[in-house]
Amino acid sequence: MGMTMSEKILAAHAGLPAVRPGDTVTCKVDWSVCHDMFFNVDGQDLYQGVAHLDHPEKCVVLLDHAVPAPTTRDAAGAVYARAFCKKHGISNFIDVGDHAVIHQAMVERGYAAPGVLLAGADSHTCAAGAMNCAARGFGPADITYLFCTGETWYQAAPTILYRLTGALPPGCTGKDVFLYIAGIYGDATGHSVEFGGPGVANLTIPQRQSIAAMCAEINAEFAIFPCDKRLEEFLRARGDRESRPVAPDPDAEYADVREIDLSGLVPYIAKPHFIPGNCVPVAELAGLPVNQVVLGSCSNGRIEDLEIAAGLVRGKRVAPGVRFLVTPASQRIYLQAVKLGLVETLAEAGAVVTNATCGCCYGGHMGLIGPGERCLATTTRNFKGRMGAPDSEVLLCGPTTAAASALTGVVTDPRTLIKGGAQA
Amino acid sequence: MKRTGRVWKFGDEINTDLIFPHSAFRASPEEQCRLCMSDNRPGWAAQVQPGDLLIAGKNFGTGSSRPGAAVLKRLGLAGMAAESYNGLFYRNCIGYGFAALAAPGLTDLFEEGDMAELDLTEGTVTNLRTGAVCQGNRLSEAMTEIIEAGGMEGVLIAKGYIPKKEDSKEM
Repeated sequence: MGMTMSEKILAAHAGLPAVRPGDTVTCKVDWSVCHDMFFNVDGQDLYQGVAHLDHPEKCVVLLDHAVPAPTTRDAAGAVYARAFCKKHGISNFIDVGDHAVIHQAMVERGYAAPGVLLAGADSHTCAAGAMNCAARGFGPADITYLFCTGETWYQAAPTILYRLTGALPPGCTGKDVFLYIAGIYGDATGHSVEFGGPGVANLTIPQRQSIAAMCAEINAEFAIFPCDKRLEEFLRARGDRESRPVAPDPDAEYADVREIDLSGLVPYIAKPHFIPGNCVPVAELAGLPVNQVVLGSCSNGRIEDLEIAAGLVRGKRVAPGVRFLVTPASQRIYLQAVKLGLVETLAEAGAVVTNATCGCCYGGHMGLIGPGERCLATTTRNFKGRMGAPDSEVLLCGPTTAAASALTGVVTDPRTLIKGGAQA
Repeated sequence: MKRTGRVWKFGDEINTDLIFPHSAFRASPEEQCRLCMSDNRPGWAAQVQPGDLLIAGKNFGTGSSRPGAAVLKRLGLAGMAAESYNGLFYRNCIGYGFAALAAPGLTDLFEEGDMAELDLTEGTVTNLRTGAVCQGNRLSEAMTEIIEAGGMEGVLIAKGYIPKKEDSKEM
């Protein structure tokens, strides 16, 4: 019996010939990663007592959630992070100025790569699965152990395979693929998710990052894309010299195989306050007024997302009474957006382009919403009160829907604006 | 390994933002406890007595890596059982030494205030009022050892990565 991608990566890192669903194995990970929230929350200062790390060269520390620091507590967390890296000789430290949301940093800086086993102190760490690696989130206690020893336990989960065919129609993005899947199939609790089929080739790398990141919202253990020509080209351009791609065996066993024809999709939206089984075509909610629109996050803060938004708002104005926030996923993307003129286009239309940060996605930093307000966002999560006031609402969508709705001030199916010829 | 206590009952889809709201990120450990479930069940945290148990529905702990399991433990809860968990949250329970069982079909067998027994070795949850037993997952020996050590902190102390606290500090 063959293995899935996640089973192969776990087996390789456990030093075993095979791993099956249900097996608990100890794996040496390639990278353990944590961000500022590991250092600035009271009552979880376990790291302060750590005397020794076995493999500081395999540890990465970065600041992304609350940067630049909005409170003295956040500033103190950054002080502790820098001191921790200095004490333990961690050279993979990413500070404010070259910062990136953790999941974009993994892809931009080459940590996420085919065949890699990556452990991150953030639930959306599965985003790195776009790079054909096995990545998942851990809590602070596990991450402390990983930083000390470089290893941890994994319980292999059964895998759901999404077999993609066709190509996305105009107005649809990777986010819409995920929202469609989550709406139709609900959660994947206790399962890993893998993608395959000829349709994968038609998804850009950022679209794959978007889908993989969002799989945290259906409780997936891992979310893994195969390594194809498009990813190989991306890795070459990134400067990777070698690669250990992992493909599923032809006789790999799946808990379920689900066929998705990308060409049949329409823009999708998640209603408040949860995602699985709670997503509908955007058209069904068209006309619902919004107070704020957010484009950004590990799911949708890349150049192609900003290009979609700039393409739609160029020469127009954001609707009166609507705040349109654009948050690039990294300082490098921000700089590229400046050079490409995207920041100028967006700002001229009335958008506020912020620095790269997890920011309002987790309700912690900039752009929060007030009592009774409704926010339409390309971010990752729409739990009740997630972005601010307890009675506020968050709806989730792709970048095309977000930009279109920022122009109209109401939930808008982007296809109604791009039919005239503007490219999305 | 067993835990016996009074039951607090919660429904499906209790997410990490309810267990550990964003306001808790910048709060003291005591305040984090008060904020736990304050949006969905105001005042609950103050009523929890040491040794109580939590029984919940599907997908408990969906969401982020924030240390929600540590707060449930700090509240005094001796453990919990749910129909199913988010995998990351379940890991957090083990990592913080908080006894947690997954037992599908569990919630129909309990009313709030019942006395329950969690048997982590056998994977059973028993209603001591009605006698009803729900068979869940057995905790592996390795996971049981981590919980008995008090979570990853205890394991790291035992392995020498974190020095033992000086006796003088505890006196």
